[in-house]
Amino acid sequence: MSRETRILMGMPVTIDIVGAHSAGLVNDVFAYFAAVDAQFSVFKPESEISALNRGRLSLSDVSAPMQEVLAIADRTKRETRGYFDIRRPDGSLDPSGVVKGWAIRNAADLIRAAGVRNFYVDAGGDIQTGGVNAAGEPWTVGVRNPFNHHEIVKAIWPQGRGVATSGSYVRGQHIYDPFRPDQRLEDVVSLTVVGGDVLEADRFATAAFAMGRAGVHFIEGRPDLEGYAIDAAGVAVKTSGFDRYATS
Amino acid sequence: MKSSTRIAAILLSAVAVAAGAASGPAGAAYWSLFSGSANHSPQAAPGAAAAPNGGGAPGAVAVAAKAGRYRDGAYVGAVVDAYYGPLQVQANVSGGRIVSVKALQYPADRRTSQRINNQALPELQSEVIAAQNTQVDIVSGATLTSEAYLRSLNSALGQAG
Repeated sequence: MSRETRILMGMPVTIDIVGAHSAGLVNDVFAYFAAVDAQFSVFKPESEISALNRGRLSLSDVSAPMQEVLAIADRTKRETRGYFDIRRPDGSLDPSGVVKGWAIRNAADLIRAAGVRNFYVDAGGDIQTGGVNAAGEPWTVGVRNPFNHHEIVKAIWPQGRGVATSGSYVRGQHIYDPFRPDQRLEDVVSLTVVGGDVLEADRFATAAFAMGRAGVHFIEGRPDLEGYAIDAAGVAVKTSGFDRYATS
Repeated sequence: MKSSTRIAAILLSAVAVAAGAASGPAGAAYWSLFSGSANHSPQAAPGAAAAPNGGGAPGAVAVAAKAGRYRDGAYVGAVVDAYYGPLQVQANVSGGRIVSVKALQYPADRRTSQRINNQALPELQSEVIAAQNTQVDIVSGATLTSEAYLRSLNSALGQAG
């Protein structure tokens, strides 16, 4: 077994694999994250997304992975009535809200393809688990207390599904209300979503968080998602099926 | 005034509902829910009659929401146009705390199975967060943390009071 954390895409990425696996697998998975970063980072002038944003590349000439990411972004925009929008106020595209969950999901697929059943991948608090932990028990995921980062306020059994959290601390950086980009959101400080996989959890956590207090009700309206929203007063609201995944 | 602020505070906290206070096209609707709230107390909690109007500025309400105890009862908000459809909520307070928030009117695209099985609308449970001692394998949280941001938010709400 092995557990290793590296800083990639500007965040800690942890890969934990239970049981025997090929020596190069962990390196290969980290290399995949690095390659995704090199292709999709808007902060790297030589990335494909930068080439697209700067007009050096046209939409019809982008790579297959870029097409896939842009298609997921379009779909998410439709599904969230515009609350998820990778087009920034200056007209450029920033697909990082899709790329993170997409990369974690693909990393998990790489691990499964290598014959590993029991693992997790955690990138900046967004998580895909598979199988069981080293003790042979279901993986458990804690929801971080947004007011005290050394505590958890909820424990979840994801049961193979994806878990993602959006929080107010990142609002000013890359989450904003696309209908009012200058407006800071101040109500919900943390929204955790359990979805079919980490991509589903992540893209809807991001979009629903931008909806403020309506977000958890949006999650309620999606049959395949459950959510747990914490407001600035420390009061949580959960979707009707959330307790199916809660251990505490 | 204090009690009307408190009533409104119940709806603010409870609304955990009506369309983000500061977000999106539903923002104005949210505040109309808030200001119309105290006039909609068909289940007549004792405090409701003491609240002739929504009371207070939004900021004052946010502070009151943090202050704590509410009067027991059921408080019904106005119908608002949430961005995905009309929404009306009821906040249930017991033992001075909001124990649940119920949607009385629901947008059309809700979980159809629940509408088909019965006419009852799902009630989203609310709880005050508390630290858990459970051991977990992994922790999910927002990527970047900034306690400074939260401090700033708290001070802003303090000024609003």
